[in-house]
Amino acid sequence: MASDLTNQILDALSASDAPILSNEAFPSTPSLNVKSALDRLESRQMVQYETLEKEIVTLTAEGQEIAANGSHEAKVFAVVLAAMDGLKISDLPGIVGKENAKVGQGNAFKRGWIKKDNDLLRASADSIVDETQQQLLAVQKTKTLDDKKVVADLKRRKLIGLAKELAFKIIKGPKYAREFVKEQTDLTPEMIANGSWKTAHLKPYNFNAKGAPTPSGTLHPLNKVRQEFRNIFFDMGFEEMPTNRFVETGFWNFDALFVPQQHPARDLQDTFYISDPLVADPPREDPPNEPNPPAHLKADKPLDYKKYWDNVREVHEHGKFGSIGYRYPWSADESLRLVLRTHTTSISTYMLHKLAANPRPARFFSIDRVFRNESVDATHLAEFHQVEGVIADFGLTLGGLIGFMEVFFAKMGIHKLRFKPAYNPYTEPSMEIFGYHDGLGKWVEIGNSGMFRPEMLESMGLPKDLRVYGWGLSLERPTMIKYAVSNIRELLGHKVDLHFIESNPAVRLEKD
Amino acid sequence: MPTISVDKAALFKELGREYTTEEFDELCFEFGIELDEDTTNSDRPIVDGKQEPPQLKIEIPANRYDLLCFEGIALMLNIFLGRKPLPEYKLTQPARMEQIIVKEDTTKIRPYVAGAILRNIQFDQARYASFIALQDKLHQNLARQRTLVSIGTHDLDTVKGPFTYEALPPKDIKFTPLNQTQEMDGEELMNFYEKHQQLGKYLHIIRDSPVYPVIYDSDRTVCSLPPIINGDHSKISLNTTNVLIEITALDKTKLDIVNKMMVTMFSQYTLEPFTIEPVQIVSEHNNETRVTPDIAHRTAQAEVSYINQCCGLSLSPAEICTLLKKMAFRAQPSTTSVDVINVDIPPTRADVLHQCDIMEDVAIAYGFNSLPRAFPNISGTVAQPLPINKLSDIVRVETAMAGWSEVLPLILCSHDENFGWLNREDDGNTAVKLANPKTLEFQVVRTSLLPGLLKTIRENKHHSVPMKIFEVSDVAFKDLSLERKSRNERHFAAAFYGKTSGFEVVHGLLDRVMAMLKTDFFAEGETATGNSYYIRELDDPTYFPGHAASIHVCIGGKHKVIGSFGILHPTVLEKYELKYPVSTLELNVEAFM
Repeated sequence: MASDLTNQILDALSASDAPILSNEAFPSTPSLNVKSALDRLESRQMVQYETLEKEIVTLTAEGQEIAANGSHEAKVFAVVLAAMDGLKISDLPGIVGKENAKVGQGNAFKRGWIKKDNDLLRASADSIVDETQQQLLAVQKTKTLDDKKVVADLKRRKLIGLAKELAFKIIKGPKYAREFVKEQTDLTPEMIANGSWKTAHLKPYNFNAKGAPTPSGTLHPLNKVRQEFRNIFFDMGFEEMPTNRFVETGFWNFDALFVPQQHPARDLQDTFYISDPLVADPPREDPPNEPNPPAHLKADKPLDYKKYWDNVREVHEHGKFGSIGYRYPWSADESLRLVLRTHTTSISTYMLHKLAANPRPARFFSIDRVFRNESVDATHLAEFHQVEGVIADFGLTLGGLIGFMEVFFAKMGIHKLRFKPAYNPYTEPSMEIFGYHDGLGKWVEIGNSGMFRPEMLESMGLPKDLRVYGWGLSLERPTMIKYAVSNIRELLGHKVDLHFIESNPAVRLEKD
Repeated sequence: MPTISVDKAALFKELGREYTTEEFDELCFEFGIELDEDTTNSDRPIVDGKQEPPQLKIEIPANRYDLLCFEGIALMLNIFLGRKPLPEYKLTQPARMEQIIVKEDTTKIRPYVAGAILRNIQFDQARYASFIALQDKLHQNLARQRTLVSIGTHDLDTVKGPFTYEALPPKDIKFTPLNQTQEMDGEELMNFYEKHQQLGKYLHIIRDSPVYPVIYDSDRTVCSLPPIINGDHSKISLNTTNVLIEITALDKTKLDIVNKMMVTMFSQYTLEPFTIEPVQIVSEHNNETRVTPDIAHRTAQAEVSYINQCCGLSLSPAEICTLLKKMAFRAQPSTTSVDVINVDIPPTRADVLHQCDIMEDVAIAYGFNSLPRAFPNISGTVAQPLPINKLSDIVRVETAMAGWSEVLPLILCSHDENFGWLNREDDGNTAVKLANPKTLEFQVVRTSLLPGLLKTIRENKHHSVPMKIFEVSDVAFKDLSLERKSRNERHFAAAFYGKTSGFEVVHGLLDRVMAMLKTDFFAEGETATGNSYYIRELDDPTYFPGHAASIHVCIGGKHKVIGSFGILHPTVLEKYELKYPVSTLELNVEAFM
């Protein structure tokens, strides 16, 4: 028993402070058992030990047989000597066994112990010394054999083998005691109640292993990033827009944004159109898409939707508000087609139109799902989240937009930006925002921005000197870059691995 | 955005110096185009036994049609760099102006036509290739795959004006199409090109019309069958010196732009550079008789104060005019108003619609990255979350704290996933359906969060059980009373997947969420003082009989059924390929607003 062994070791050490050797004190106990007992004692500092490893000689089964009963040739000699008138060769196997006869007869001849007389064997000496047996007996006792030639010879005869033996040199440890007290696995209420904690030995804690997994719920990583963005917007005085409206009209999603009706973005290849229901009503006052809108959204004066619609038509078809327009026949039917919103800018448009009832500085943002009729691949899904910000104020400048973006992105830990002129139907100027990514060692496009076109704003009835910044980026792209996710399907949708959701660390955009 | 490939060595020769890739990238960046790729160090294709010389692939903003070819990029960059002035484009005054006479029937299919002649043009291999490529780029982009506008080019010396633009029944139009040997009529031509890799996709534009548009010369030689193909007879080659350009269209504005681009880009190769011979269009029936192309500059006014305010600069009118020169405009301070500059918009700049476009070009010429930085005034705006999102966050966080994992499946799903697989009937008045999805995965906007949760479990079967997942997000319903004929609704749903049904577990989650929303449990029939809820056994084919309940709330005195929970019916599990029992909970959180 292993626990007995621990006490036996403690007993063996009790006699003196001198070291003991395990192979001498416990010669018949397998060294692995000794080691595990020693480890237990050592972990409680009751003993100290060092491991001794040495090469030993062991007897094979045949070697043990010879050590006990003599070599084959000695057996042969004995029977030949016993037969006074010689022994018939053919009788030998019958007496000593086939194997002894075969090997022993040859060896006995070689050693000159017997000789052949026609078909008889006769002894040539009265007595012999069985060296093989003596060598093997010595090995059995000492587990060593110094004569290399003999080792080689015995090994060749498959009488001995070589092996490694572990032995342990054991001394008392600083907390040596005669008694090995059973370890407690944990501190229990009973131990506290009955005071046994004072003498209890707690099983030492394994400080190299992890603790017990804590059962936990979790928020989705993408929503954690979304919350960081929301916090940045809240920090900077933004109000969240009511983007809980997936279905839009051609009017709100495109026309009102001065996107011409032949624009490629309006192709079936890019936009999801709705087959049921089929046709929208012209823009009108609807119940707001949130039950309790903020006070200022209850428009200060009634909005003239018909006028808005007419302005949009005119600015596309013939030009208005200082614009020559796109000069094409504008179709009301196209404007009333229902679509899944391709961007949340349709909601920004809705909010800016509301603002026309009482034009004043405003800051809006949203982070919500948009839909594109894309072929799905590693970087494209038919759905993704758009992060969008809008600032309306009097006297806004392009340098102000750049300055704002520098503050905004710095809050996400992106400190080096540059701006490229770009084209977007509803913003002019339009700027693509590039951020320097230290990890990738290159400039990465991180968003789009611009000042909304006068054609769009003045159609709503907003005054000419109220200027509006808009910018947008996807939520997925910076998340993918930040967390080295290469496939968007590993981030959004039902194919996302739950382990990924459960193990993703908290998001700290400014630090990670 | 279109991407244009230009020969690197030729472009740098035009620009008068060599650029490193980085230098050229920087130049593009400042100008507002984007160097996509420099193929110098890539494996370039071998064409006719010769490796293609290094190319620069440049992304062009979608409204800059004047940058869709080598000639335009080289010219505009040279002007931007101050190396060249904007050319003076001129119409010649031929002794006899070539005519295209338009027949009224063309209004039935493709009503507008324009023309122009490039006289004594000198092509070489590169110019010729660029000439063809520009037509292709215009067809793809502005012309929306030839639907709105299409271009035909002809060797004028092989045909004879006046030309006529007609619309005839397909059977009556007979000619040998470009690069063919065999004459065919309109119908045969449609069959002939049906499987053609490039042309097949354009056939639909006219195929089913009783009449096809066609351009004849005065000998009744077919010049082209727009927007499909030209005749072989008048095809141009490297050796052509007089090119007739004819353009047909549905959209007059785009017709005009395409003509301007073709002639301004390639008139530099005529004997007298930048001259264009006009063509008279005779079109009495729709008052479209006119001389084309119209390359007159348009004069626009821009306000100095507007430009300075938007850019955050205080430039003088003269400084603004100097900057605009870099962007290919001629501008002069107005003599009548100090705040106005008169800007000459060249025919190449079809993108300028409003003074904001001029203002942007001032900013580009000044350098976006050199503009004085400012921080917009904090005009006392108040941050606030959308109330429904704030409520959703409470439910999300409480559910996560209760040990559930949030998932984010897609909003679009298949009709079966939303209805049949949940043993639900589609009454035709519930779901918003998509007209043009590319795959069956996207047929309807979900009306329930369950399909997404169940698919998430299906894809995560390797995960240990139980799985406890949830989502708080929008579904959408048809609602004919509203302008957009539909509305979103914020739902909360959770699913338990494990070796036990988990019915009591989702029930417990409901109780927890209700408690956190300050809604007390009362058995049915009891009267509560504040907000309260009770559940009632529900017979619903989505759930296992006897193991489902509807969720009833009384909030502010109003009674409402807001959702249900239960053990899913095994037939539902089978459809979603789930081996263990599942209990789900789904409710409308808007009741708690």
